[in-house]
Amino acid sequence: MGLDFEKPLEELEARIAELTRLNADPNAHYDDEIARLKKEWSELRRQIYSNLTAWQTVQVARHPQRPTIRDYIKGIFSEFIELHGDRCFGDDQSIIGGFATLEKHRVVVVGHQKGKTTEENIKANFGMANPEGYRKAMRLMKLAEKYGLPVLSFVDTPGAYPGIDAEARGQAEAIARNLTVMSDLETPIITVITGEGGSGGAIGIGMGDVVLMLSHAVYSVISPEGCASILWRDGAKAPEAAEALKITAPCLLKLGVIDEIIEEPPGGAHSDPDAAIAAVKRALLRHLKRISRRKIAARRCEKYAAIGRFVKKQKAI
Amino acid sequence: MGWFRKNKQAAPPPVSKEELWVVCSSCTAHIFKEEWESSGKVCPKCGHHERLTAWERINMLIDPGTFREINSGITVTDHLKFVDAKGSYVEKAKEAREKTGLLEAVVTGYGRLHGMAVAMAVMDFRFLGGSLGSGTGEKIYLASCYALRHRLPFIIVSASGGARMHEGIISLMQMPKTCAGIAKLHKARIPYISVLTDPTTGGVSASFAMVGDINIAEPGALIGFAGKRVIEQTIKQELPPGFQTAEYLLEHGFIDAIVPRKEMKDFLSRTLKYWKP
Repeated sequence: MGLDFEKPLEELEARIAELTRLNADPNAHYDDEIARLKKEWSELRRQIYSNLTAWQTVQVARHPQRPTIRDYIKGIFSEFIELHGDRCFGDDQSIIGGFATLEKHRVVVVGHQKGKTTEENIKANFGMANPEGYRKAMRLMKLAEKYGLPVLSFVDTPGAYPGIDAEARGQAEAIARNLTVMSDLETPIITVITGEGGSGGAIGIGMGDVVLMLSHAVYSVISPEGCASILWRDGAKAPEAAEALKITAPCLLKLGVIDEIIEEPPGGAHSDPDAAIAAVKRALLRHLKRISRRKIAARRCEKYAAIGRFVKKQKAI
Repeated sequence: MGWFRKNKQAAPPPVSKEELWVVCSSCTAHIFKEEWESSGKVCPKCGHHERLTAWERINMLIDPGTFREINSGITVTDHLKFVDAKGSYVEKAKEAREKTGLLEAVVTGYGRLHGMAVAMAVMDFRFLGGSLGSGTGEKIYLASCYALRHRLPFIIVSASGGARMHEGIISLMQMPKTCAGIAKLHKARIPYISVLTDPTTGGVSASFAMVGDINIAEPGALIGFAGKRVIEQTIKQELPPGFQTAEYLLEHGFIDAIVPRKEMKDFLSRTLKYWKP
């Protein structure tokens, strides 16, 4: 199942498939034509993916076949010991975590979990964590601090779950507490936005010293649909809202909210998960090697204090 | 002049109904305006706490003549050059400034509370729904830094719908930023008291407003993370009565006390006395 803007690619694919079928006849000579079309196809895909609009990027970031945290864990770490539960209420499968080993680095990994099948998605609540998910993440981050391990956090969520029980158990408090704990955590935090960076649900585990972002991921204060229905009074204006909110990696790099973009393979992470995972692994290793622990919490606070700092000389509104 | 002629100049100026009476937005009772003002905009009939402006709140909590505003020049910045269907953020901010006389959705400063020196940040819902813009976050963060530097107890009175969409991700980043300021106070053993007023939701409840040493709410205040409409659309059922009120949060263990407006100053003063500077 392709995305709408991939239609031209699908048409080419159909032609290639058709020619390949005809080419089975020993008298047919379509080899050159097939090779030409294949080249055209990969050139077209490169073109499409290097010119995605903000809204198209949202579609890629939400692609059901995009690698999930389980794929990243499997592809990046030689060992993963999953740790469960928040010690208060339960074990939320929307945020998972545990000890992990990346070459010689021992780390604590936490991250949102989405599923690829309906069954998996129901179990993971489509990546929308409840308070116990954030509290589990907090517990694991404190454990990382105690054991002197860096935290790697993987962000991929539409947002924190908006439900009655979530409110009753203090969704707001859980996220707020995590932000306060992360402000004071004396161990490095490296965050990767792998898919959807959905508002408070994302920052709730995403207050990294270094924030990396995949090139077709998005990170926003509100979903484009939500913003459109409030400010445009029409949810269908989501493409406009997506553009206005500046949610793509290049915009966020310019705004100083992320530190580095990890390039995805030409057709997006879902087209070649192994390549995407390898790229994330390389970036993590590079940062793990060079990140300093010195006064790390104070530097983290300084980093976030500087975002959106008021500059007097600018044109006042 | 005939005795039957009216002396027009001597006639008292007509007093309109609006000038004498206020209608309670909750129970629709007509309240004599003087009584309304002297009760701090709390309905004497139903106890409804009407929203206050930042300056009304400051005047109510801080000893007369002792409040000094800090960072009053910080205002809105249009980081995204944001334009929506109804116009630009720049225009909206300008309207908000004209309507409220404020430059941002929060007033920060220091003063005395029953004689005790405190630092304070008071939000104003009238300014773009009290939303957490970069100027708002910056002022709150700097006020917490002021409290840290001078070792003053810090009080934030929240009134906010949450993040400011027009500043996109920069608005979201004010959540970690303000919490970084609060974390420093915790570490330095300086009190931070959060007063949650109607409404405190979204990115404000999910950052500094929920992590007070003591969280206090006004009666009936709407406090929550997600908007009611969003929750109803997600779970496809109606919400229980009293959901996301101060009373609901007290029952679920997220606030320490519900304090009526007229007792708020005394309550703050009494609790802060338990701190050994």
